[in-house]
Amino acid sequence: MFEWACVIVALFLGAPAAQAAGFVVRDDLDRSVTLARYPQRIVTLLPSLTETICALGACGRLVATDNYSDWPPQVKALPKAGGIDDAEIELIVSLRPDLVLLSRSQRITGRLHDLGLASFALNTDSYPEIAHTVTVIGDILGLPDRAKRLNESISEEVQAISARAIARRHGHVPTVYFEVDGPPYAAGPSSYIGELLGLLGARNIVTADLGPFPPLNPEYVVRHDPDVIFVSPSEAAHVADRPGWDRIRAIREHRVCSFIPAVRDTIVRPGPRVAQGMQAIADCLAQVSP
Amino acid sequence: MLRHAVADLGAERFECAASGRLGTWLVCCVGVTMLLTAISLLVGTTSIEESWKWLLSPDAKSSVVLWQIRLPRTVGAWFAGALLGLAGAVAQGVFRNPLAEPYLLGTASGAALGVTVCLMAADASVGGLALMGQIGVTGAACIGACAATLLTVTLSRGVLQTASLLLSGIVTAFLLSAVTSLLLLTKPEIWREMQTFLLGTTSFISWSSAILLGIVLCICIVPAVLLSRGLDALTLGEDTAQSLGLSLPWLRLTLLGIVALATSTSVGQVGIVGFVGLVAPHLVRETLSVNHRQLLIAAPLGGGALLQAADLVSRWIIRPAELPVGAVTACVGGSYLVFLLWRRSRDG
Repeated sequence: MFEWACVIVALFLGAPAAQAAGFVVRDDLDRSVTLARYPQRIVTLLPSLTETICALGACGRLVATDNYSDWPPQVKALPKAGGIDDAEIELIVSLRPDLVLLSRSQRITGRLHDLGLASFALNTDSYPEIAHTVTVIGDILGLPDRAKRLNESISEEVQAISARAIARRHGHVPTVYFEVDGPPYAAGPSSYIGELLGLLGARNIVTADLGPFPPLNPEYVVRHDPDVIFVSPSEAAHVADRPGWDRIRAIREHRVCSFIPAVRDTIVRPGPRVAQGMQAIADCLAQVSP
Repeated sequence: MLRHAVADLGAERFECAASGRLGTWLVCCVGVTMLLTAISLLVGTTSIEESWKWLLSPDAKSSVVLWQIRLPRTVGAWFAGALLGLAGAVAQGVFRNPLAEPYLLGTASGAALGVTVCLMAADASVGGLALMGQIGVTGAACIGACAATLLTVTLSRGVLQTASLLLSGIVTAFLLSAVTSLLLLTKPEIWREMQTFLLGTTSFISWSSAILLGIVLCICIVPAVLLSRGLDALTLGEDTAQSLGLSLPWLRLTLLGIVALATSTSVGQVGIVGFVGLVAPHLVRETLSVNHRQLLIAAPLGGGALLQAADLVSRWIIRPAELPVGAVTACVGGSYLVFLLWRRSRDG
């Protein structure tokens, strides 16, 4: 009788049958992760994963995040469980999470498994992987409808920003150089930032064969003479002092974009705020493009 | 009497032969440097054929690449390598240790800490950003390197005790590296930028950097050569040097000042480039039998050519991307030292 009552309550609350029986999900490391129920105590070890959970309205299920998760503001008050390579295992274990969400490249995965903690690894490096991450986390949290709606809204916003940015330029395709770290690591077309630039109709001077973040010879940038240059605020002050760079049109004509850290986070984190990041790039391009 | 005269004649002949060999060596080094400088104009992000066309019929853009980027870069790399070669030769003489290198006084760790603090300040506040704008990475590295040298000398209570100075240098290096690591843990965003500095880069050497390096080389090499007899005397031991009437504190302080100035200037301009300072003097000693005066002239020439060659390799291998020049020097220098060890063990 009691079991029947539970099933009826569960159906009434809209929870799928998987909740009662436990379920198995496969992560991006191709591991089968068994969860007894939808996780209620979650630790995230990557800002974009924290942001995805909160964008799905499940911020309340977080018990700790990595040191760098700072959006939405309420996650700043949560315990901080370290960074990419220095996660604080003791803290994580003491919080008794029922799931630890992390990126595929984090080494802590094996240690968590040894300690009997469920962990789920995700690829989070590209624009298409944002939708994949949202869908998978939505399924794990038992919120597939919200995940679907979030993906639809992200896709719509991104398409709208892309269409507006391209239409505004009336066919002109600006050439761009985006320096992720100075000097002189560039964002190639296969990087997440490169994908955003591509969606905005800009032509990256770095070719795809050079990889996602090639350490360029600076003369490459001088030779390709981009229309717009993106650098960090600290490098923006010095960029004209680099040998030969004062002859680049973008620098001569002050077409250099740099972003404050809060805005830069939206550009470099492949997560639900992708549209904000794209908008920031689009605004700067619109402002300075020839 | 006759025996003395014959011995003097023999020594004179040996010196003549040695100086003749040194002359050949110096001519070779200068020839190699000229050749590498010419090649450096052809090596970059373009094919050699295209660079050749640029040389024959330059336009505005190719002129900038050839004369504002490639040439100052190769000239600056030569000067930086020469400074490291000189500092290595002086350090090996002062410490009477063939494994001594320019970074022994903690300069590299001090420079790394200076750059880390500068990058963190720039990232943290507008004031820090303004400070970074004023002194830049180069200034921060120089300040850090000089401060580390002062700390080493202070810890060893002067420059008289070789063992104490060596130990203080090692302690300073470890201490400052630990502080740098702790700071980097709190700010991993600057790690990649730091990596560029830690592995050495010749990417952004401008004419002003190259001229600065050249001036400092002149400032360092003249007193070093003038004090070379003191280094020869030190080779025989500190007591012997003192019995020859040398003022050891003054001599060591001046020589270590030269090491500190040469190393901090080089680190400030090209980051931490390993092995050049260690290998260049060995390269000279393995080829020639020289005294310190000859070594202090030959080692900078060898060091300059080494770093120039490493710079060419770093920009050629994965062009248009490039390898950190310090990684190239570590590979080449490490391989050379392994070869030396192998040859010595083979020869017994």
